[in-house]
Amino acid sequence: MSQTSALRLHVPEPKARPGEATDFSGLVIPAAGVLKRPPIDEPDHSMRDYAFGMIRVLDEAGAAVGEWDPKLTPEMLKAGLRYMLTTRTYDERMMRVQRQGKTSFYMKCTGEEAVAVAQAMALDRGDMLFPSYRQQGLLIAREHSLVDMMCQVYNNTKDRLKGRQLPVMYSSKDSGFFSISGNLGTQFPQAVGWAMASAIKGDTRIAASWVGDGTTAEADFHYALTFATVYQAPVVLNVVNNQWAISTFQGFAGGEQTTFAARAIGYGLPGLRVDGNDFLAVYAATKWAADRARNNLGPTLIELYTYRAAPHSTSDDPSAYRPDDEFKRWPLGDPIERLKQHMERIGIWSEAEHTALLAQVDDDVRAAQKEAEGYGTLGVKPASAASMFEDVYKDVPQHLIRQRQELGV
Amino acid sequence: MATMNMIQAINSAMDVMLERDRGTVVFGEDVGYFGGVFRCTAGLQKKYGKERVFDAPIAEGGILATAIGMGVYGLRPVVEIQFADYIYPAFDQLVSEAARLRYRSGGEFWAPITVRSPCGGGIFGGQTHSQSPEAVFTHVCGLKTVIPSNPVDAKGLLIAAIEDDDPVVFFEPKRIYNGPFEGYHDRPLVPWSKHPLGEVPDGYYRIELGKAAIVREGAAVTVLAYGTMVHVAQAGAAEAGVDAEIIDLRTLVPLDIDCIVASVKKTGRCVIVHEATKTSGFGAELMAQVQELCFAHLEAPIVRVTGWDTPYPHAFEWEYFPGPDRVKRALLKVMEG
Ligand SMILES: Cc1ncc(C[n+]2csc(CCOP(=O)(O)OP(=O)(O)O)c2C)c(N)n1
Ligand SMILES: [Mg+2]
Repeated sequence: MSQTSALRLHVPEPKARPGEATDFSGLVIPAAGVLKRPPIDEPDHSMRDYAFGMIRVLDEAGAAVGEWDPKLTPEMLKAGLRYMLTTRTYDERMMRVQRQGKTSFYMKCTGEEAVAVAQAMALDRGDMLFPSYRQQGLLIAREHSLVDMMCQVYNNTKDRLKGRQLPVMYSSKDSGFFSISGNLGTQFPQAVGWAMASAIKGDTRIAASWVGDGTTAEADFHYALTFATVYQAPVVLNVVNNQWAISTFQGFAGGEQTTFAARAIGYGLPGLRVDGNDFLAVYAATKWAADRARNNLGPTLIELYTYRAAPHSTSDDPSAYRPDDEFKRWPLGDPIERLKQHMERIGIWSEAEHTALLAQVDDDVRAAQKEAEGYGTLGVKPASAASMFEDVYKDVPQHLIRQRQELGV
Repeated sequence: MATMNMIQAINSAMDVMLERDRGTVVFGEDVGYFGGVFRCTAGLQKKYGKERVFDAPIAEGGILATAIGMGVYGLRPVVEIQFADYIYPAFDQLVSEAARLRYRSGGEFWAPITVRSPCGGGIFGGQTHSQSPEAVFTHVCGLKTVIPSNPVDAKGLLIAAIEDDDPVVFFEPKRIYNGPFEGYHDRPLVPWSKHPLGEVPDGYYRIELGKAAIVREGAAVTVLAYGTMVHVAQAGAAEAGVDAEIIDLRTLVPLDIDCIVASVKKTGRCVIVHEATKTSGFGAELMAQVQELCFAHLEAPIVRVTGWDTPYPHAFEWEYFPGPDRVKRALLKVMEG
């Protein structure tokens, strides 16, 4: 065909803007249970459908259907529900303390709790996590102390990061949770390097990492997938597609033309697209990828399809760029409600138990807050300013000693 | 004339250039529909259309690289890097490509791009929203580096940067977007509407790159500053009660060395103030040049007031930020010498 018309630039446009009603009817949500669960040594080239379909276990009625059902024990289901509720309650509290001026900044993961919680539970405790700032659920599911997390948010005297980091940029070697950078995407190829090291050393631990849909546009994403496939690194690489990157919808990361899971195909690794609000599906897919990695069968890319219900951060006002009620219309629902519905359906949970658990979680978070605030809040009883000059290098060099003296601390 | 803060002045500069020159395009993360996280591009997409003002993928290297390609085609891209702290993924494209394209092609190809990016601290942004990386770019030949300190300059300099045929890195000190912050974090901020430099001409005008401004004439000591520190330096001089001549460099490369030399020869003393870390900071270059050209006129060693040589620590915003008190002490010290 010969060129006849003038060229035109395509600029993606989301389904709806403020004041409009988002129509999700064009979104293809495959039924739960239709995809088979392949063996963990299935070759990547016969798994291409998984990048375009969607692994789903919970159906509309809350029944667990199909081969991907991980058949979790009631104890695990209850633990998952508790971690998700704790994450949501913790987020609400920390958002509130930011509004009260006790800290400068906060980021919630509301609507995405199943991602971090189910994935932490599907991985082994020794596996190393390289998260973004929106996976606080990983720490909570690893039973990291809420007080310790809050002390970081408050930058107080007990902040292990010595007041150096913006709130939520946690780091905990004990919990296998790598230091969060703030610069998007950098952790993705670093996780691959950690996994390569684990393989070099003949270890049994694997690595996992998370980036948002928007962050897949960074070159680091390409580095990660390239190194992962070249060295068949034991790593689980996750894209949390919560539809938005601040004000920019996922079409600006290339999600308009294909799926993020499909990125895997070009690199020759399996790409699984998963209902990110389905606790059981997230658990099952992650377990599959982790088992594959742990058995020297290589890396997996998982796209967790979900929705960022909260503002990007406390500095953001989503009403300027998307309809306020979009989350209410989101066809994949709320991960907490869906797991609760399932547990009630199989007869291991009741409304009364749920109310009691909510009260318990609320008490736990309040108690943690009280204790953490006893160690100070931002600007009130902060960590010591003298520590500002430490850890720039292993040993404090002469010029920094002089600068510390000049500051008089 | 209109009253504008720095955000509105920067917006106005792009508005004027989008209107005047069909080749001007504006893009970056969140700059299209939303108008930028600091609102610097608010309303521009609506006015000029999605093909000239648009959102970009989160890929700073990609933003710079495509801007270079557009520049080579003949457009004038004005790109936003959301925070100066996030400019590093674009470093290779800026340093190895944009900066050297004209040179390596024997003058056949060039990319007249403008890279806008909010810089600096004072906003409790922690180590990834507070950096002042200007010296990283002034060290690169082929790039121009601009840092305005007020709305009038911001608009005139940005228009000159957009019209410039070389790549320009245009850092916007975000702490002074809304008012001239003097470093007194416990006092209310005076808005630009109460400041004479918040009166900005509506239409087109240029402030030439490479021209400093003397913001306060004085006889006792020369203070070299740029960006937020221009205001902090004025406060520090007032506190010290010293008759300081305060020079706002406005453009670091090309540097208005004649203005600096004339002043230092007059005063015989010099204090340099910047927010960025000290070692190999732009202050080191200024010291070297002043020493080379004014050695015989100096009556005391030059003193630098800078950020400490550490990452910007979130909880210690005001211990880190070089405030008026540190400027005052530096001024008193050079006056003793
Ligand atoms: C290198 C870099 N560029 C830009 C930013 C600014 N920024 C912070 S979060 C964000 C959006 C990220 O969106 P996404 O990857 O989808 O993650 P989400 O916030 O949705 O979890 C941007 C642009 C940054 N932190 N780092
Ligand atoms: Mg996102």
